[in-house]
Amino acid sequence: MQELLSFSILELGKRLKNRSLSSEEVTKAYLERIKETDEKIHAYLSILEDDAINAAQIADKGFKKNNISSPLQGIPIAIKDLLCMKGTKTTAGSKILENFISPYDATVVSKLKNAGTVILGKLNMDEFAMGSSCEHSAFGPTHNPWNLEHVPGGSSGGSAASVAAYSCIASLGSDTGGSIRQPAACCGVVGMKPTYGRVSRYGLIAFASSLDQIGPLTRNVEDCAVILSAISGHDLKDSTSSKKKVPNYLKTIDRGIKGMKIGIPDEYFVDGMDPEIKQATNDAIKTMETLGGEIIRISLPHTKYALPIYYIIAPAEASSNLSRYDGVRYGMRKESESEYGSLFGMYSASRDNGFGKEVKRRIMLGTYALSSGYYDAYYTKALKTRTLVCEDFQKAFTKVDLILSATTPTPAFKIGEKLNDPLSMYLSDILTIPCNIAGLPGISIQNGITSSGLPIGLQLIGKPFDEEGVLKGAYAFEKETKFYLKSSSL
Amino acid sequence: MEGKLLKYETVIGLEVHAQLKTKSKIFCGSDASFGGNPNEHTCTIDLGLPGVLPVLNKKVVESSIKLGLAVGAKISENCRFARKHYFYPDLPKGYQISQYESPICEGGEISFLTKNNENIIIRLTRIHMEEDAGKLIHDDESLKNLGSLVDFNRAGVPLLEIVSEPELRSPEDAELYARKLRTLVRYLDICDGNMQEGSLRCDANISLRKLGENSFGSKVEIKNVNSFRSLRKALEYEELRQSEMLDDEQLISQETRLWDESSGVTRNMRTKEYAHDYRYFPDPDLVPLEINQEWIEEIKKTLPELPDAKRERFVNNYQLPLYDSEVLTSENALAHYFEKTVEYFELKDVKLASNWIMGDILGLLNERKILIEECPITPSYLAEMIALIIDGTISGKIAKEVFSEMAKSGKNPKKIIEEKGLRQISDLDSLEEIVIKILNENTDEVREYKDGKHKLLGFFVGQVMKETQGKANPKTLQKILEEQLSK
Repeated sequence: MQELLSFSILELGKRLKNRSLSSEEVTKAYLERIKETDEKIHAYLSILEDDAINAAQIADKGFKKNNISSPLQGIPIAIKDLLCMKGTKTTAGSKILENFISPYDATVVSKLKNAGTVILGKLNMDEFAMGSSCEHSAFGPTHNPWNLEHVPGGSSGGSAASVAAYSCIASLGSDTGGSIRQPAACCGVVGMKPTYGRVSRYGLIAFASSLDQIGPLTRNVEDCAVILSAISGHDLKDSTSSKKKVPNYLKTIDRGIKGMKIGIPDEYFVDGMDPEIKQATNDAIKTMETLGGEIIRISLPHTKYALPIYYIIAPAEASSNLSRYDGVRYGMRKESESEYGSLFGMYSASRDNGFGKEVKRRIMLGTYALSSGYYDAYYTKALKTRTLVCEDFQKAFTKVDLILSATTPTPAFKIGEKLNDPLSMYLSDILTIPCNIAGLPGISIQNGITSSGLPIGLQLIGKPFDEEGVLKGAYAFEKETKFYLKSSSL
Repeated sequence: MEGKLLKYETVIGLEVHAQLKTKSKIFCGSDASFGGNPNEHTCTIDLGLPGVLPVLNKKVVESSIKLGLAVGAKISENCRFARKHYFYPDLPKGYQISQYESPICEGGEISFLTKNNENIIIRLTRIHMEEDAGKLIHDDESLKNLGSLVDFNRAGVPLLEIVSEPELRSPEDAELYARKLRTLVRYLDICDGNMQEGSLRCDANISLRKLGENSFGSKVEIKNVNSFRSLRKALEYEELRQSEMLDDEQLISQETRLWDESSGVTRNMRTKEYAHDYRYFPDPDLVPLEINQEWIEEIKKTLPELPDAKRERFVNNYQLPLYDSEVLTSENALAHYFEKTVEYFELKDVKLASNWIMGDILGLLNERKILIEECPITPSYLAEMIALIIDGTISGKIAKEVFSEMAKSGKNPKKIIEEKGLRQISDLDSLEEIVIKILNENTDEVREYKDGKHKLLGFFVGQVMKETQGKANPKTLQKILEEQLSK
């Protein structure tokens, strides 16, 4: 692997600025690296070679004229294929959108373009972000760079694997129940889900609108802060985006955690947790203490309801959001006569052929939960219980500044291991889901490697819109432990 | 029929959809106007592309608040949008964004006058905001067998759904209610109220119950009525159909029926078993809508004088009959026309102007199928003409001629009278001369009159009018005739 691929965003930025490196040569190196690694890991669904080189050349022209628009100028990143990008295939990992070419840019994509970023390609994912392993992609699974027999996690599996494999410097993913943090943990990278409303969802193909949030996956916490600063902020096109001012996250990142109160929720040491992960989490607590953090045991008593709430709300919203894929205007269309006539025959044939098994399962779950006669028992009850989970966090955050836990109860499992056991697959998100339920910012950072050579993730959860606090804690930890410097042998 | 209906009470509730006259659509910036080439008024959002999000148009909320204030509804401080799911090719997202559990307005009422000047008050259940769907164009020759096509220009155009309580008791009242609602939305300038173009659409729920009974019968929903008249006719048909079924002790099933205008009947569209489960739930893409008192007060200030208040003012200030006031205030522009016309009139002459407007002007508009705003006769010319009647320059009869000339040419009435020599003959000398001439030519009739056949007076009037081409001042003529005949 070429040395220039190992630079972080900040390191590379310096070299681009002083023109010891050009964005074009870096971009070409990454495109080369993609070809080399993707045979093994299949992180990319499309590679935008020409567009990327073109963007790199434009960035280089800027550097030449000392015209520098942002710290991301000329930086080659990649994005999850759930994000619409003008003129490119945007599949959401689904056959139903296999040939869909987006006519517009998602807000985050236009922000990145305006910042001068080079977009290398679009990354694999579980279909419509439904899954925790990337095995539910209609275009084949992504493999974990640390061990190709293992899953990279999901749904942003391509986003995590590509960063871990150095086939992009950073990526964007989306997180509905852990879809950034869980694969980040599985692949040994940093992944952050911002507060709900921090980043515009416009142009993110919706899975569960009240839970979805876009966020960065990077090799270290500083890079994460740089990208988060670039993509955050209010968007007139997304009514749920917040008008709160966006701080420069890099500015406060190194202020340390002295005096910070760190809550350890008992409920997050779940049954069946891998002993090495448990040990690593306990070690992390000690590290935080030595860094000056005050460790406080807390309770989040309604944690056990988070998973059931999630599996009512997320499928309910998904069943509604995915209604638009009907074969009428775009996407796959299959004609068929049925007992309901050719129109409904077309609907069911298109959706039956276009959607994969997990997506269909969730559409069925959600449709059922919203049906008259069941709505109150399921959906209304889930919303009420959601409030209880939120209140748990509110109470906890009167006593602590951050909450610390493992990101996942186990390291990345083997490909195929849980494919036919959806419930056990769902459990891999048990520690990440509550954060989405409550809309809080959460990050997963590297917390060492298991004896079998798989990465372990550490999760930090912050108060609403306190991304600064989360990043501060994460940065202090990574600087102390230097786990982030370990990379796969790929 | 009358006899049968006496046994039953008709219960009707209306759901009216009013398309709002906003520039852009309810959740995106696309042009919301009627027409355009197919799919010209669309964008990524109203086409329901992957990843797009709705953003609420504030003007739609303002229009809703206006109507809410006008009908005295309670305006919700915190309402939400909900998704209503069903699959149809004209519905891009597979759901319609509407309101369900928390509409923007609740309660309120609409009152209307019946033919017998009875004021009927109908309470409203709710008013809510929603988006319209697109339009299917089915295969015909012009499509060269392309099958069905979809035009999404209308998709996302804002609608208000106004739901009444089931308090209407006859098809006629239903029509009057719907007309009054149209008057209101037009006064507020939030909807153009055109039933043919579909900017006002009406679905009716109708059931019958035995007189004196408290519970409702099974309701039938009627769709596809395209005019006020067909609303009434469809309800009349349904009233009769249901009463006959009840007479035969048949069960009326809850169903949706379509009005077939050409054959004048309603036909089953779907029965209850096939009713949709719309799976409503709050739209997570739209935050709850907060409406504060300040905003409401601001909008209140912009409200025009409303039809009922105007009607009362017409009755009180112009001393017009209730009926006249009702007709004249049915359109804001018409009321304005009237007020312009009588601006300098004495109170005693106002009724004459009202007669001319309700009769001749409305007749003219009807005949030419134009709006009052397009009337070729300006209020000031009409006022001038009426003033000429009042001061005796022309007779009422001649005025009709002047009126039709004004309608044709748009000319000043004085000019028309001059040009056509229509000035009334009122001076005694010239009229006396003509009367003497007529009496001399009709000596037989004069004799008969003097023998007591006094109704011949009309004959002499007629003869003089003929001679003067109707220009004789009728009052003066009568006086001269009586004088001459009593000699």
